[in-house]
Amino acid sequence: MPTILEVNNLVTRFYTLDGVVHAVNGVSFHLEEGETLAIVGESGSGKSVTMMSILGLIPSPPGKIESGEAYLYDGYERRDLLKMSDAELREIRGGQIGFVFQDPISSLNPVLTIGEQIAESLVRHLGLSREEARDRTIELLDLVGIPDPKARYRNYPHQFSGGMRQRVMIAIAIACGPKIVIADEPTTALDVTIQAQIVELFLRLQKELGMAIIWITHDLAVVSGLADRVLVMYGGRVAEVAPVDDLYEQPRHPYTVGLLGALPRLDSRESRRLVSIQGAPPDLLIPLKHCPFAWRCEYAFDRCWEEIPTLQPAGLNRKVACFYDLERGKPRHD
Amino acid sequence: MVARETTADSLLDVEQTWADRLAYWGRFWWRDRGGVLGMLMFLVVVFSAIFSPAISPYDPLQQNLRDSKMPPAWYEEGRWDHPFGTDNLGRDIFSRIVYGTRVSLTVGFFGVLIAGMLGLVMGAIAGYIGGRVDSIIMGVVNLVLSLPYLLFVVFIAAVLGRSLINVILIFGITDSPIFARVTRGEVLRLRESGFVESAVSAGATWPRIIFDHILPNLIGPLITLATFEMSRMIFYEAGLGFLGLSVPPTVPSWGNMLAAGRKYLTSSPWIATFPGLAIMFTSLGMNLLGDWLRDVLDPRLRRTRK
Amino acid sequence: MYRYFLAKIGQSVLLLFGVIVLVFFMVRLTGDPASLMMSRNASPEQMEAFRERMGFNRPVYVQFADFFTGALVGDFGNSLHFKSPALPLVLERLPATVQLAVVGLLIAMFIGIPLGLLGGFQPGSAIDSIGRGLALLGQSIPNFWLALIMILFFAVRLGWFPSFGRDRWDSVIMPAFVLGLPTLGQLVRLTRSAVLEIRSADFIRTAYSKGLEPRVIYAKHVFRNVAIPLVSVIGVQFGYMLGGSIYIESIFAWPGMGQLLEQAIGWRDFPLVQAIAVFTSVVVLALNIFTDLAYAIIDPRIRYGS
Repeated sequence: MPTILEVNNLVTRFYTLDGVVHAVNGVSFHLEEGETLAIVGESGSGKSVTMMSILGLIPSPPGKIESGEAYLYDGYERRDLLKMSDAELREIRGGQIGFVFQDPISSLNPVLTIGEQIAESLVRHLGLSREEARDRTIELLDLVGIPDPKARYRNYPHQFSGGMRQRVMIAIAIACGPKIVIADEPTTALDVTIQAQIVELFLRLQKELGMAIIWITHDLAVVSGLADRVLVMYGGRVAEVAPVDDLYEQPRHPYTVGLLGALPRLDSRESRRLVSIQGAPPDLLIPLKHCPFAWRCEYAFDRCWEEIPTLQPAGLNRKVACFYDLERGKPRHD
Repeated sequence: MVARETTADSLLDVEQTWADRLAYWGRFWWRDRGGVLGMLMFLVVVFSAIFSPAISPYDPLQQNLRDSKMPPAWYEEGRWDHPFGTDNLGRDIFSRIVYGTRVSLTVGFFGVLIAGMLGLVMGAIAGYIGGRVDSIIMGVVNLVLSLPYLLFVVFIAAVLGRSLINVILIFGITDSPIFARVTRGEVLRLRESGFVESAVSAGATWPRIIFDHILPNLIGPLITLATFEMSRMIFYEAGLGFLGLSVPPTVPSWGNMLAAGRKYLTSSPWIATFPGLAIMFTSLGMNLLGDWLRDVLDPRLRRTRK
Repeated sequence: MYRYFLAKIGQSVLLLFGVIVLVFFMVRLTGDPASLMMSRNASPEQMEAFRERMGFNRPVYVQFADFFTGALVGDFGNSLHFKSPALPLVLERLPATVQLAVVGLLIAMFIGIPLGLLGGFQPGSAIDSIGRGLALLGQSIPNFWLALIMILFFAVRLGWFPSFGRDRWDSVIMPAFVLGLPTLGQLVRLTRSAVLEIRSADFIRTAYSKGLEPRVIYAKHVFRNVAIPLVSVIGVQFGYMLGGSIYIESIFAWPGMGQLLEQAIGWRDFPLVQAIAVFTSVVVLALNIFTDLAYAIIDPRIRYGS
């Protein structure tokens, strides 16, 4: 599959009164057309900030994108999102790239009808008239599984349940036929049964509309049935990226091992204790000169305290940023 | 397991210089400059009230008709022995301003003390007991709060007559509903939050719950409110004085000075100007202080400081 | 929603009963309403005749029943000064007070809201500093003093506006500005903080993620949310201005209810004071209902109650 988005060496910092927060420290990855890439990590690992940076949604000040590239491909042409003007970026946002946010309760404007909130995107990007936008909005509401869409068009967010509001958010995200939908923890705030419905809806929409999805989450459990590839982030850096099955089968980064260990497994024969990862995530106020996971890593050795591991190929279609070779059980030599 | 370094050790990598620390404190003071300024202004007023006799060059009541309506020192006809000039009876305006702090602060302090204690008791009872008691207390509170406040204060002051005690009582009683409302709101919020419940289940008695758990949480919002309300009372006391409804006319208060100065507004404008500036100075200081306290003491606002 | 309003109206009727009770007992706070209303050098015979005429020698519950039933139909007895029914005298003064409050509110809104919006859009900018400074001044300047100072400068020195009365079209400007200044400050503060709060709301991030122009986001998504708290504050402030114009009306000789109140207190004409107090309370209570109604109309969360 051809690449649609390519991010190279992205660095984002926040200049606050308490000091400089090193939120994203050289993140690189790519996204292929029509695939689902899950970005997994603890809160503060930089997963949301990475995506917000790419689309100019970082509040600035205090946020500042220090360096990097983010190429959006259109056939053979590519354009760097980080070099675009605000006006150009606004064309992309909502047009080619849609968003779904975590909390559907607070993510919709309480004083505007949901119809209005979907339709305004259509008017903005597709240049539809109000009537056309209205008709299209009702189709979209139907598409995301909201019953009686004609009547619901005029309703306000507080008249919907949490799950239904998230469907409205999804309708906003897919309204203008985007190539990429970025879903930032879209199921975290919902009940478990509703979560499953929303995941299913995403899969159905992807099949019908063919967009690529970036699914940001801290929950590896959701990822297995959903993603094609997984990107694990830690301390504002990429720890490991791999196809989803390979990652579950054979994690190559000690942090991923920890994440999987923290996961209850239904398919496992022997009853295992849930393992939690010891220690706390790194303080992003301190610029690091060594592996950010070294404090919590049981395999850490001298080199891990001396330099920062970079992302290196490790098997087919996968990369890892670690000096220790988990497979062979000894430090990597390269 | 390689436990070679800890988080604290790696802090050594980034050494803090004196310049860094100075910059940090500088930022801290600059961020809170409003509060610092307000506190200084308030302290000036408190200082004047405590040391009035030492600060003021004259007895504030001493008349001297020969030197009446003398302009401030920087006017051509002014003299430095009466820096702010004299009033229609030749009394030294500076000394009267200094002594005026005593009336204003007395009214403000005792008014807020009474209002705060009454309100605290009413609000705590309403919030803690709830039910019928709550609806009766809050009914009265809402009645008073929905009235045109100034009109009723003027009305009561006119009925009761001019005296310091009356003024303090009027403000203390009419202002207590605001404290009651805030107290009740906090008590309800604290009751609903888990920790009072867990204290109850751990076997704490209710006086213990109130003194150990609820009161400490109430102090922040109440101190903030008290600052604003004290400023408001100083304001209203002067207003009543201006209408001739506050302390007796012989007492040097800013309101009385304004009322007297109003008659000589065009010929000797300084008589009314200085007490007004004094009220403004006090009120400005307390409002700055209150804004700052609200930011610092209110836990719900702490995160959203702008 | 209808039930919500029926409850509101019921509540206001209860409050009104409370006001009437309060006003009845307020003139009896000293124990003897006759000595309150008569001059000090009235003879015992004159006093007794006055008590007889006013019905003060009847049992208190009879007097109360009489006052209460009278108040319900707008009969507060005769004004002692004018020797004619009190309420019509108050109604006569209503238009002037309403005019003053409306103009004051308009000045406050047209200056305060834009300043608050601009300050909220660009916190820390020059216009934000101006707005916040004005808000702080509005809170801290005693309006009775500001009125005097404005007369001194703009009427006496510069001659731009008339210093008193209500005969010219521009007579209203100075008193309305002074009356509106605290409200102006409130509106700046409230608008500013509402913009800052809404600006960082999640749904604004959603609006940005749709690629909307910042202009559209502010005009549509931010402003509609900011307008909701503004409505209730404007309602409350309008009530405050109607009942709080006593200083301004008395200083500018503005022939409204505030001036009448000041005069009535001077004449010890307490039936007239009572009529003013009850009538103003009725107006303020009615205003509160309208404010709630307006609030419900613009906030869909209340309109389609959840």
